[in-house]
Amino acid sequence: MNAKQNKLIRIPMPLRYLINLALILALWGVFTGLMGAGVITNYWSGILIMVGVNIILAVSLNIATGYLGQLPLGHAGFMAVGAYTGGIFIKSTPAADLLKAGNAAACLPYIIAALLLSAVVAGIFGLIIGIPALRLRGDYLAIITLGFGEIIRVVLTNIDSLLGFKFTFGAAGLKRIPKFSGFHLVFVCVVLSCMLIHMIMKSRHGRAILSIRENEIAAESVGINTTYYKTMAFVVSAMLAGVAGCLYAGYLGSLYPATFRFMKSIEILVMVVLGGMGSMLGSILSATVLTILPELLRSVADYRMVAYSLALVLMMIFRPKGLLGSYDFSMSRLLEKALNTLFHRNAKTEKGGGAQ
Amino acid sequence: MDFSLIFSQIINGLQTGSVYALVALGYSMVYGIILLLNFAHGDIIMVGAYTAFYAITSFHLHPLLSVVLAVAVSTVLGVVIEKVAYTPLRSAPRLSLLITAIGISFLLENGAQLLFGADTKSMDTIVTGNMMLFGTSVSYAALLTIVVSIAAMVVLTFLVQKTKLGKAMRAVSEDMGAAQLMGISLNKTISFTFAVGSALAGIGSILYLCAYPQASPTMGSMLGLKAFVAAVLGGIGSIPGAMIGGFVIGLLEAMVSAAGLSVWKDGAVFAILIVVLLVKPTGILGRQITEKV
Amino acid sequence: MSNTNKKRPATKLVPVPSTNIIPERDINKSPILEARHLGIDFGGLTAVDDFNMAIGRTEIAGLIGPNGAGKTTVFNLLTKVYHPTRGSILMDGRDTAGKSTIQVSHMGIARTFQNIRLFRELTVLDNVLIGLHHEMDYRLPGAIFRLPTFWRGERIAKERARELLSIFDMQDMASHQAGSLPYGAQRRLEIVRALATGPSLLLLDEPAAGMNPSETAELMENIVKIRDTFKIAIMLIEHDMNLVMGICEGICVLNFGRIIAKGTPDDIQANPAVIEAYLGKKED
Repeated sequence: MNAKQNKLIRIPMPLRYLINLALILALWGVFTGLMGAGVITNYWSGILIMVGVNIILAVSLNIATGYLGQLPLGHAGFMAVGAYTGGIFIKSTPAADLLKAGNAAACLPYIIAALLLSAVVAGIFGLIIGIPALRLRGDYLAIITLGFGEIIRVVLTNIDSLLGFKFTFGAAGLKRIPKFSGFHLVFVCVVLSCMLIHMIMKSRHGRAILSIRENEIAAESVGINTTYYKTMAFVVSAMLAGVAGCLYAGYLGSLYPATFRFMKSIEILVMVVLGGMGSMLGSILSATVLTILPELLRSVADYRMVAYSLALVLMMIFRPKGLLGSYDFSMSRLLEKALNTLFHRNAKTEKGGGAQ
Repeated sequence: MDFSLIFSQIINGLQTGSVYALVALGYSMVYGIILLLNFAHGDIIMVGAYTAFYAITSFHLHPLLSVVLAVAVSTVLGVVIEKVAYTPLRSAPRLSLLITAIGISFLLENGAQLLFGADTKSMDTIVTGNMMLFGTSVSYAALLTIVVSIAAMVVLTFLVQKTKLGKAMRAVSEDMGAAQLMGISLNKTISFTFAVGSALAGIGSILYLCAYPQASPTMGSMLGLKAFVAAVLGGIGSIPGAMIGGFVIGLLEAMVSAAGLSVWKDGAVFAILIVVLLVKPTGILGRQITEKV
Repeated sequence: MSNTNKKRPATKLVPVPSTNIIPERDINKSPILEARHLGIDFGGLTAVDDFNMAIGRTEIAGLIGPNGAGKTTVFNLLTKVYHPTRGSILMDGRDTAGKSTIQVSHMGIARTFQNIRLFRELTVLDNVLIGLHHEMDYRLPGAIFRLPTFWRGERIAKERARELLSIFDMQDMASHQAGSLPYGAQRRLEIVRALATGPSLLLLDEPAAGMNPSETAELMENIVKIRDTFKIAIMLIEHDMNLVMGICEGICVLNFGRIIAKGTPDDIQANPAVIEAYLGKKED
């Protein structure tokens, strides 16, 4: 059995990474080409940017929901923190003038700084909220994060009147943020976010996070520091939501606290649940579909939220694991399978090696 | 601050607190029996309010008849939701059930928006007039609200403590399996719990209309969330706890508003929630539930 | 040891009442685990009381008793799922007072569960790798940037996991989902996962439950093999008397939360109190 298994073709790790890199570059090339040729209009490249923002939101919520097995309902709050941090920061830099002058390269450092700052501040909020919230389980965690999310929104709306100076500009909105979020920036951020999650999840740290979802008592019995890993997952989730928020601010150019209502958190949750909790590919696909579909179906836009909620209920009743379950796509694994069936007709008889 | 102002704020607080308490009871009962945070509960109030609104304004029914109709519609809706959405998931993970509840809540809100429009529908006040109490003018609506909710709670306590169905409810919440072995019908008991909880929400919606005579698709979500906070504060699963929690939240809101900080009202309620969950997650009167290893 | 006790005024140094039954070869070494006057109350109800026991470094000890006698509660006390109301536990001479489940795991206590608690949706290999969590020393940046420490740690851990799985001849199941395994295999996997943490004391809660006689016989051999290979102490709760009498060197009998007898398998089988409380019923 062992000798036979060794004969199965396995793609070595460095090659796997190269295959993935090639795929990502090809995807980027296709989009850039289509945009250059005018097939993707400005209108649609704007939607692509929103797709990217939503992908980051969905994959980041998936860390806490799909991998950690908790149900935070305040994701929009972290997004808001990131958006306002990025927006306020970038407004205070010369980036606006540089962008106006067409000098995009010179304002890149400011943009990177804004993204990092958004991630850090949202991460700090994640830590502040996570440490107390994660002591609670299930419904209580859901409701406490919901409470925090709402408090963040109330604070954003009213902080100016309390402090007495213009900071978030309350309900009137934070306006004239330089629009720095282009397709390439968002594309890079999406790729880096997904890679970060992948690298964490396919390591001892990721396995520790999964073990908490699977059985917390057993995880503790083998010495996994559950509090630490819960907090880590929560903070990473919040940080990426912050990045998404920052990109969102840089795309729209103006921010209103009302955007980050409870409804927004649920919208993100729908993306994760429909795609399959615990599946990154599922989150990516459903974020893409759920962003593009309403654009295609403008005429029935009123029915969008009804359809979302109905989909959520039906999904839970009939396919609680989501469309893809916890399946994650791997090009290399697919290639391996194809190669093995090509060269080893009998590969099917061996269940051990191939059926990962 | 003079006495009259404080007194009228207390009455205000008790009035909204009564509505919170009635709604909190529904959360608490459902949580006690199937450990579900029924997100849709707040939206049942919204449906009840729309029912009363259209019954009075479009069909010109007698207000009393409209009240009965609103309570009946709420009750039926609660039971239908339980049968259609929650029963198939009784053995599913808690997370699935919770997501379903959120889905139902959004379905009701967006459905209402589609049917009735996103705007707020205003109507004439149902109960008018004021009376003087301790030198302060107090509306009949406020007094009615407080009296009705206290009466409803007394009836509920009797129902749960003394009747056969009430005993079945307590048995199921104690140990579902054992209750079933004792010949208690799980389906019947759970449906009954939803019916009672939703009926209370229906009454709550009418009392809400007495205070704020208007209906909007999202009116139930914030009201529901605050009522849930009240239930958690009082100790989820506990009937007297829900009442205490409701009144505390109502009074707190009145105090924050009286201090001129009304924009921070929602923030204050959620801050209370967070403090309670951190200091005593079981609430004022709740019990600890631990997992058996 | 008296030093650690001084910190806890509640625990007086009372000599342990009944004699311990540490095997000859371990008698000159300090016991790996010592429980002294251990007790816990649940809201006025005493679940375990005055539990005294010492386990030798390479001993296989048995904990038996009728249902509800408090056996699993003892395990839960030793692993700090519950914190004792009275008494102390010394692991390798160190007091475990105030320690958490996670900390006692790091002190060398590993366990399995009566109602199997595997990471059901993960693969068999992942289950063992989670047990090997602390064998790998790379940190988060190491994982994110896939530094050499990551590759080395993962490679060594995977080799070790397969090695551990081979104890029960399960290496070919490595990529199967843990929850899809047959019942017996799930119990064996739990043992492997516990072993992966590198314990010096392994607690097995009804390892043979649901196994057929031939599986049980195999399990007995394997328990002895594990003790001999890893040179660790094993304490097990079991209702299968053939297994207990066959491999345990010292046995503790618990009834209504109290120890009613202690001794070698021969002592226990001859003890009238045990026969009355436990074995007597079984032989009817």
